[in-house]
Amino acid sequence: MHTTSWHSVSMTLDECIKCNICTSYCPVAAVTDKFPGPKYAGPQAQRFRESGQITSPDVWVDYCSACRVCNEVCPSGVKIAEINARAKAQIVHERGIPLRNWFFGRNEILGRIGNLAPQIANLGFHNPVSRLMAEKILGVARHAPIPHWSTEGNFRAWFARREKLRAEKKVAYFHGCSTNYYEPAVGKAAVAVLEHLGYEVVLPPQNCCALPMLNNGEFPAAEKLFRSNLKKLAPYVDRGLPIVGTSTSCVLVLREEATEMLDLENAQTQALKAGMWDISEWLRERLEQGELPTDFRELQMVVPYHVSCQARAHRMGRPGLDVLMLIPGLDVREGNAKCCGLAGTYGYKAEKYDIAMQVGEDAFRFVRAQGEGVRYVTADSEICRWQLEHGTQKLGRHPVEILAAAYGLYDLDRRQLLAEMK
Amino acid sequence: MPKIETDLLVIGGGATGVGVAWDAALRGFRTVLVEKRDLTHGTTGRYHGLLHSGGRYVVKDPHSAEECIRENRILRKTHAHCIEDTGGFFVVTPEDVNAYPDQFQAACKNLGIPCEEISLRAALQREPLMNPRAARVFVVPDGAADSFQATHSTAQAAQIAGAQILNYHEVVALIPAEGDPARVVGARVRDVARGEDVEIRAALTINAAGAWAGVIARTAGVTVNVIPGKGTMLAANHRLINTVLNRCKMPDDGDIIVPIHTVTVIGTTDEKVQDPEHLTIEPWEVELLLREGDKLIPGISQARFVRAWAGVRPLYQEHYAGASRDATRDFVVLDHAARDGVAGLLTIIGGKWTTFRLMAEKTVDKACEQLGARKPCSTAETPVPGVEHGHYWLGHRLREVEQNHLQSELVCECELVTRAMLENAARNNPTLTLDDLRRDVRLGMGPCQGGFCTYRAAGILHELQVQNSQSKIQDPNTWHVADLQSPARNAKLEIGNWKLGVGTPNLLLRDFLQERWKGLLPILWGRQLKQERLDELIYLALMNADHLPDEDAVSPMSDFYSRRGISTTADTEARDA
Repeated sequence: MHTTSWHSVSMTLDECIKCNICTSYCPVAAVTDKFPGPKYAGPQAQRFRESGQITSPDVWVDYCSACRVCNEVCPSGVKIAEINARAKAQIVHERGIPLRNWFFGRNEILGRIGNLAPQIANLGFHNPVSRLMAEKILGVARHAPIPHWSTEGNFRAWFARREKLRAEKKVAYFHGCSTNYYEPAVGKAAVAVLEHLGYEVVLPPQNCCALPMLNNGEFPAAEKLFRSNLKKLAPYVDRGLPIVGTSTSCVLVLREEATEMLDLENAQTQALKAGMWDISEWLRERLEQGELPTDFRELQMVVPYHVSCQARAHRMGRPGLDVLMLIPGLDVREGNAKCCGLAGTYGYKAEKYDIAMQVGEDAFRFVRAQGEGVRYVTADSEICRWQLEHGTQKLGRHPVEILAAAYGLYDLDRRQLLAEMK
Repeated sequence: MPKIETDLLVIGGGATGVGVAWDAALRGFRTVLVEKRDLTHGTTGRYHGLLHSGGRYVVKDPHSAEECIRENRILRKTHAHCIEDTGGFFVVTPEDVNAYPDQFQAACKNLGIPCEEISLRAALQREPLMNPRAARVFVVPDGAADSFQATHSTAQAAQIAGAQILNYHEVVALIPAEGDPARVVGARVRDVARGEDVEIRAALTINAAGAWAGVIARTAGVTVNVIPGKGTMLAANHRLINTVLNRCKMPDDGDIIVPIHTVTVIGTTDEKVQDPEHLTIEPWEVELLLREGDKLIPGISQARFVRAWAGVRPLYQEHYAGASRDATRDFVVLDHAARDGVAGLLTIIGGKWTTFRLMAEKTVDKACEQLGARKPCSTAETPVPGVEHGHYWLGHRLREVEQNHLQSELVCECELVTRAMLENAARNNPTLTLDDLRRDVRLGMGPCQGGFCTYRAAGILHELQVQNSQSKIQDPNTWHVADLQSPARNAKLEIGNWKLGVGTPNLLLRDFLQERWKGLLPILWGRQLKQERLDELIYLALMNADHLPDEDAVSPMSDFYSRRGISTTADTEARDA
């Protein structure tokens, strides 16, 4: 299915020295025997797969959650998660994609449709009867934390109608589907913070980053989405505008995941990689440049900070933590759980829901251990926030929302800009 | 001294000898085969695995080419499970643009070797790493052959037909008839495992000892000038291609790349050597193979290589004194009665793996002639046990491990060898060393080269205490050697009251580490070096493997493994003692 080159991720299997560190860290293999572990399904199994094979010899890669903990701990640089993703794509190529996974890959379209009449969509999707039916018919886990459509309109509509700050310094914002359709508040907080720094925010045309498709093995369709984004973002990249994103997983895909998995290494993808920033990372950069305002209000509270596996995969340290630590009174506590378990669309699948919840238990326990009084949890990825809300009944907030609140711009509880509250 | 009476005594447990035993047994001869080590320990087990279509020899040696295509078609039926239908390319690289490709194409047509020219685009689509600057590409029915399995399956077929196969029985000398020194009546052989001699009396002795045929013949006062042509090969860590790639030119060094099992093999060099036993791999050979390999697959020289090894071709050409590369690949049956006045002895020499069945047929034809028997050959129509599984495909072990939830049963993780496969192999094949199990089930042949499986296997054998006496081979009618390759078709064993034949688990471990190390030394750089550093830490730092109890113990193979490897003081002392 895929062209093979010396740069293909599968070639990194040659780096494997069989040490088993990935196997001992894999959060999925720790809770289920349906997945044999990253080494077994990744570099080891890859030696038994061939391009042009009639059928894939193994299907257990389907149980890889793509959390990338294996990549992170591998001392040799094997791109295990990507090898698994490509093996999944090969299976999809051979056998077609299950209807459910086809839907998961198209969350942008679902978002858009639901956005037409969000109240009705929420009612239609989020009632016990339809969730039960979705589980029985499609295999969508009935208890999994599927987000609600925003009932206050989508983010882009909000952005279009508001009065913008005009400034010399500009920054482009990649909001992603979830901010646009489910959590516009995250985007509003981000814009407020960016403008507070004195930057004019521009909104490039954009589409789904393709992560759900990549995770579900729909590579040809994912490539279309990625190329489309490449084209849409190119003018901003060419102008040297930093493109910041609040969804750390979207940023990761645009930066490197899509390029690696789809074998698209070229000057254009390199340029995009150089231009993309996780918003916390970019804010930390401003801090290091002495450009970050520190006119913070005191926030007296404990906030557990779950480090998303997607954020770890950026290999950028803990910028969210670095920035939040500046806020007086705020007690941010970093957890060391490997993964929340939900991992993209993994935990939404009926057969994987229990695995996802068991994987998440470490993170839930960490949050609960921070005391009864904890109201909010924070994580850079929306997926993690939803899973933590589901597992701990706390409220999930993006670090930029907390930052906006500390700047006195944002009501953390009602998720509204103070300027817009009547 | 135990004595065995038989019609035919076959010397040599390579493809040819085992083929002769199979053929002879099928024709109703009482047959005994002796091999001084494990089956395929010699040249057969050290070959690159190319099932020739004949394309390689069409211009230079059309007779060999014709035999190849005929045997290729036969073996695909009789030994289907030992063959992967990879197909092969003959690639005209920028260096090979001359008159040869046209001659090649015409010669293939003349000899009836299917040969289709395809577009470069189509070729690259199938093999993306192939040289994109190739001028032309021809497709031929080459394949990849598992010479270990083929020989073991043939041996089992021979046993089912009544032959007796004796591993680790080394010929001491051929026995002349009493009062008639010009007649060979068998051989005195040493049972290496028990350390005792056995006398085998045979109406006819067939010398199929390959590169060692001259040594055997000499004990009867006969001279056979074998031209030992050493061929060195390198194995890359995984399959970079799935089609055999040949350069479209006169056969030369480093011009074939074979995808076999989980690896990619670059072959070969061709160097006349004196001693077929201890082969040194020279740095220039490794460099040459990498350099030539780059012409077919640009970049392959930077790939991870897990091993280098050398085999020795038993080339034979009467009165020939030139370079071994140019010696014929043809085979001959030497009738020593007619040639040297020594009756009762035939030597089969030359040839190649692809033609082993034909060599056996011609040899047994000659034996029939000498013994005055008229029995037709039936090997071309007789499949060996295991063919029912169809052609080999790369993913079969992975699929079986997954479907049967055997991941926690893996002993060798790289090559997917389960504990039951290992135990069954140890019980059903005579096992003196872990290397014997490697040939049975591919133990230790993957990236870590025994790093993680050696101690596990030694421990398992210790637990099993396998009884290895040569006479207690399982009833060949109840056990299929081909099943050893399959994670799914190996049930877990009841552990019986068995004892390990030779040595201790510590010796097994040291021998195997030494054996693996021998093949690692020539390619010890880059990523494999990193691997070996980890393996070294496991065995030397963690397990103190060079100071285990039984330090003085040696197996019949210890000396062989430690030559050209890194010898420890203990090894040297043991050798000198």
